[in-house]
Amino acid sequence: MTAEWLDIGWVDQIPVRGSRTVQVEGGDDIAVFRTAEGKVFALLDRCPHKHGRLSQGIVHGGAVACPLHNWRISLSTGEALGEDKGCTPTVPVKIDGGRVLICRASTLKAAA
Amino acid sequence: MKHHPLKPEGDTRDHLVVIGNGMAGCRAVEELLARDAARYRVTIFGAEPRVNYNRIMLSPVLAGEKSFDDIVINDAEWYAANGIALVAGDPVVAIDRGTKTVTTRGGETESYDRLLIATGSDPFIIPVPGKDLPGVIAFRDMDDVDTMLAAADAGGDAVVIGGGLLGLEAAHGLSLRGMKVTVIHLMPTLMERQLDEAAGWLLKQALEGRGQTILTGADTAEIVGDGKVEGVKLKDGTLIPASLVVMAVGIRPSVALARDAGLAVGRGIQVDDHMVTSDPAVLAVGECVEHDGQVYGLVAPLWDMCRSLADGLVEQPTGYRGSVTSTKLKVSGIDVFSAGDFSGGDGCEDIVLRDASRGVYKRVIVKDDRIVGAVLYGDTADGSWYFDLLKKQEDVSELRDLLIFGQSFASGGGAADPKAAVAALSDDAEICGCNGVTKGQVVSCIAKGARSLDAVRGTCKASASCGSCTGLVENLLALTLGDEVQAGPKTMCKCTSFGHDDVRREIVAQGMRSIPEVMQKLHWTTPDGCSSCRPALNYYLLCALPCDYVDDQQSRFVNERMHANIQKDGTYSVVPRMWGGLTNPTELRAIADVVEKFNAPMVKVTGGQRLDIFGIRKEDLPAVWADLNAAGMVSGHAYGKSLRTVKTCVGSEWCRFGTQDSTGLGVKIERMSWGSWMPHKFKIAVSGCPRNCAEATIKDFGIVCVDSGYELHVGGNGGMHVRVTDLLCKVATEQEAMDYCAAFIQLYREEARYLERTAPWIERVGLAHITARIVDDPAGREALRARFLYSQSFSQDDPWAQRAEGAEAEHHAPMARFTPQEELA
Ligand code: SRM
Ligand SMILES: Cc1cc2nc3c(=O)[nH]c(=O)nc-3n(C[C@H](O)[C@H](O)[C@H](O)COP(=O)(O)OP(=O)(O)OC[C@H]3O[C@@H](n4cnc5c(N)ncnc54)[C@H](O)[C@@H]3O)c2cc1C
Ligand code: SF4
Ligand code: FES
Repeated sequence: MTAEWLDIGWVDQIPVRGSRTVQVEGGDDIAVFRTAEGKVFALLDRCPHKHGRLSQGIVHGGAVACPLHNWRISLSTGEALGEDKGCTPTVPVKIDGGRVLICRASTLKAAA
Repeated sequence: MKHHPLKPEGDTRDHLVVIGNGMAGCRAVEELLARDAARYRVTIFGAEPRVNYNRIMLSPVLAGEKSFDDIVINDAEWYAANGIALVAGDPVVAIDRGTKTVTTRGGETESYDRLLIATGSDPFIIPVPGKDLPGVIAFRDMDDVDTMLAAADAGGDAVVIGGGLLGLEAAHGLSLRGMKVTVIHLMPTLMERQLDEAAGWLLKQALEGRGQTILTGADTAEIVGDGKVEGVKLKDGTLIPASLVVMAVGIRPSVALARDAGLAVGRGIQVDDHMVTSDPAVLAVGECVEHDGQVYGLVAPLWDMCRSLADGLVEQPTGYRGSVTSTKLKVSGIDVFSAGDFSGGDGCEDIVLRDASRGVYKRVIVKDDRIVGAVLYGDTADGSWYFDLLKKQEDVSELRDLLIFGQSFASGGGAADPKAAVAALSDDAEICGCNGVTKGQVVSCIAKGARSLDAVRGTCKASASCGSCTGLVENLLALTLGDEVQAGPKTMCKCTSFGHDDVRREIVAQGMRSIPEVMQKLHWTTPDGCSSCRPALNYYLLCALPCDYVDDQQSRFVNERMHANIQKDGTYSVVPRMWGGLTNPTELRAIADVVEKFNAPMVKVTGGQRLDIFGIRKEDLPAVWADLNAAGMVSGHAYGKSLRTVKTCVGSEWCRFGTQDSTGLGVKIERMSWGSWMPHKFKIAVSGCPRNCAEATIKDFGIVCVDSGYELHVGGNGGMHVRVTDLLCKVATEQEAMDYCAAFIQLYREEARYLERTAPWIERVGLAHITARIVDDPAGREALRARFLYSQSFSQDDPWAQRAEGAEAEHHAPMARFTPQEELA
């Protein structure tokens, strides 16, 4: 079975202004975020600075503040905002009937 | 109800059969008739036993503002006059594309040349026990309204599940009809798909003000009743009585017929730009379709779809390109508007206007000089203007500064510059509505020496109350003084023009109860704050409302959310409390067991006289805590803006110099003050004599025991800038030492700014202030102490114990696991 999209659960399982992770065997976790407006984004759970777990940061607007040194990372592009430079790979997400689906190919890449 | 003229002899026209006598089906026929009335012979099948009506007006019918007759779009005459055969009250149950026929439940079969599916949506019924009980209904058609009206006649309680557009309109109608209504909404804010958090919060306030009970973050477990509905039970055990339950949790495109007929179906029936399905003879339109990956739940897209569909049917194809939608809530007296995308994101700029006294919130989202979204609450007059600019993708860079003030202001001739607009005001124009201050008064107060915003607020009171005129006052300052304006005290962060002290004062003065409320009333310029202001607001509210405030986990830094310290590799360290630095074999054994069981790579004695277990994985934290709890240990809050440690020395019990029981007093103080949330971390120490082995004179609160009693020291810091304590006073008894300590902690909790330790706080306010409040004012001291102990009665719950039992499990477990070979577990 090689669907293009991986079904990881219900939108409601992700706290608003919070995040959950998807464990990828042999690779970095994927962090799945839900903003105040209900948008869902997925990024590799790894800060471009010193690999902080972005899933543990504070989500505000369309960004997350890294828990280690407070870099702000855009949820939609993975780019560091403001003066900081760096980028975290993003994983395409779609919502279907309340289920969260993430792109299989990008997830595999993350695992590699 | 059947109007079924026989096919007239010799009518060779193509036969168009429409399934669905709703808004889109009939609109499509109207559009077709307008282009070429003679082209097709038309038959419409409708499941509802009535003519075509305006579904969106069911809400005003329920509310008693309209009758069914008022909302009919096409009456029986229309069908007759246009030679349309209507088969109403007999749904189509099958489509046979081979023979090009449709069959109804009543057994009638009709053949078609072109078929149009316009079956709309089905309400989604959440699969909970009791969902089929009589008295549980959806809100979709006139029959549902009739059921609700009958229930309302009998009076009693109604529960509406779903706080979206539909649910709130149902709730409004039912409450106008005299029912006691409770709305149960799963999300933390109402209408979260159309509104941002701030607007959702305002809406909730307004509806509660009208007597509805709104439960957000509430999850339905079951609908209870014996033979009929009697109540709704939530997952947290709450039982809400109800004789009527309306489920308005969402809709699903009605695709069963199309799927059974083998048409391409995704989330909806898939159509191209001409509303043609995977079978060229079959078209589809309305809520049942999926176009370009989108499905819609509003009427505006239907109008566009129906135009393209009719163009195609008469062979002058134009093509549908998708729709941008806007929403308005139809609850009289509450104005809500939302359009486009308000989720922010890269390159998006938010322009926010909050006018607390009028209950107005406006937010326009601009990207690349174009409006991409708008949310308006309280004053929606400009909704259509913003929506128009949005749809036309107009460049708004010229209007940027005035955009938020609305069309009349932004396009009002000369007023292109806010400063010029203020300059143009007459001297007696009112600037501050709350305090009735005119422009002339503000200017003269500036002329008399008020050179900063704060000074103006302090002297003539302009912008000192709700703050909505802050911008105007700032412009007046700039206008009057040019470069001389002095920056006021630093603002909390870039989201607000208020400083920490202003925010705290207003939270208490106005009795504010939640973060969105503070942001609204104090005119935050961002929709949900940032990582600087949110934790601060969360703390200020917690401090002001120890009993009622519901902590916002998402506004806490990771360590406080996880109740452990994050390490650079993403694992956590765990520090259990060791009261006063004392321990025993049971605790040591439990720690040793945890280290082995969870393979902790390191254990270390901390500088705070306790043990730190390193390298624990996030998933293992609850199990680690359960094991430590079992040995009687609780969280050491080594991660918190809260009491850390109470360091002690051996004292009179063993030491040859000890003057008092410093160890025992340390334990008592730690038992009194653990668990309290504070502006920053707080450390205490008790030394048994002036040799001061516990280093009490570099702690936030230090006690040095002497023969005649206890010296109390405050404001020490051993960190980046070492500061030796100030001696506050000397007391005679242990009890006094504890009382002064409690009072001092509470004063710090109430007055220091978030992330300000006691050392910089005392440097800022002066020791004299502390002495006046704690030493010279016994009644004040006692009141502070009492407030601290009251607050402690709510906060001394071990967070580890709650989580070891499964609370907030989502913080620890991954949502899913992915093994490349297998798939998701
Ligand atoms: C574990 C410990 C070091 C140790 O192995 O001994 C420690 C570890 C950390 N300290 Fe500390 N401090 C520890 C005792 C101290 C002490 C000594 C003391 O408390 O007697 C001090 C100086 C005394 C003081 O606070 O005035 C101390 C002054 C700091 C400071 C500077 C504070 C300041 O006001 O200047 C920071 C930075 C901060 O808080 O912003 C800090 C921050 C930290 C953090 C939390 C850094 C961070 O943000 O991640 C370290 C967490 C490591 C971890 O995961 O556990 N730590 N830290 C000690 C834990 C004590 C405990 O049992 O809770
Ligand atoms: C109470 C309420 C308030 C609303 N308010 C608004 C609003 O303010 N603004 C807004 O934009 N939208 C609003 N909407 C949504 C709007 O009404 C819908 O978007 C619109 O009606 C969709 O049109 P449609 O033709 O696709 O579906 P419908 O209007 O539902 O028409 C579908 C018809 O097909 C019939 N049907 C289904 N299956 C069969 C079958 N097998 N055989 C025969 N007939 C069948 C159904 O009985 C129904 O009559 C509201 C909806 C409701 C219920
Ligand atoms: S002094 Fe404290 S903050 Fe610095 S490395 Fe040591 S433990 Fe970490
Ligand atoms: S690792 Fe993310 S900011 Fe340093």
